[in-house]
Amino acid sequence: MTISKEAFETQVLAILGRLDGVARRLTRNEADAEDLVAESITRAWRARASLADSGAFRAWIFRILSNTFISERRKTLARPREEPLVDESGDEEGAFSIFERLHQPFLLWFANPEQEFLDKLLREDLDRAIAALPEHYRVVVVLADVEGLTYGEIAEALDVPVGTVRSRLARGRNALQRTLWTVARDHGLQMPRAAGTRG
Amino acid sequence: MSETDDVGCEEALKRLVEFVDHELPGSEHDSVEQHLRICRNCCSRMEFERRLKERLSALSTEDAPSTTRDRVRDLIKKF
Repeated sequence: MTISKEAFETQVLAILGRLDGVARRLTRNEADAEDLVAESITRAWRARASLADSGAFRAWIFRILSNTFISERRKTLARPREEPLVDESGDEEGAFSIFERLHQPFLLWFANPEQEFLDKLLREDLDRAIAALPEHYRVVVVLADVEGLTYGEIAEALDVPVGTVRSRLARGRNALQRTLWTVARDHGLQMPRAAGTRG
Repeated sequence: MSETDDVGCEEALKRLVEFVDHELPGSEHDSVEQHLRICRNCCSRMEFERRLKERLSALSTEDAPSTTRDRVRDLIKKF
């Protein structure tokens, strides 16, 4: 049965904050995010017959939002722009792990520099690191780590195989940790010994 | 599972992110979990990855700005 207008509005308003959050992280711009949300909701209403199960509303509308973002970006890419939509060539500079930088196995159990590092990070540090990710990694990191979608839901949302989600997520998290490390260094948050010896 | 069945650090670390994401099939999940019980270093690494994921998850916002909420309500009225 096709969803009613009232049920559609209720479901949209219930997750509007999260839709807006994803849109802001994808577009990195409040005005563009609001437009993206509005356009996605319009497309979702037009495609409401494709919603087989109202329990799957969240994954369904995130899929429409992701597709709308990607198709809008393709249009703008017709004009010269700074960032390619998808580049699987591997723009990482090798594996990077904050844990490996900071962990000191012979410290007493109560000393835990890697957890201290996380505790000192501000919300804005995390937001900045996500915003710095290349677009194709940012999408999967936001959907998986911020919004908690499964690999299968993300694969469906982006219309890519699960293996692609897995590899983009691995590279995206790698890049995220590298950026967080830099942000922390800029704020003087890194542990002096680890930063001095390996960073 | 005996210690000889232990997957070892290299295999456990390869699967750690999927373990934290609850994306491993049952038997693989159990193998990694078993290794984490006997390896302090891998367990600490898993704990770090899990807490980082929790910090990212906490960024998810429940409320949209009132301007967006009003715009969406007006939009849906016109459908």
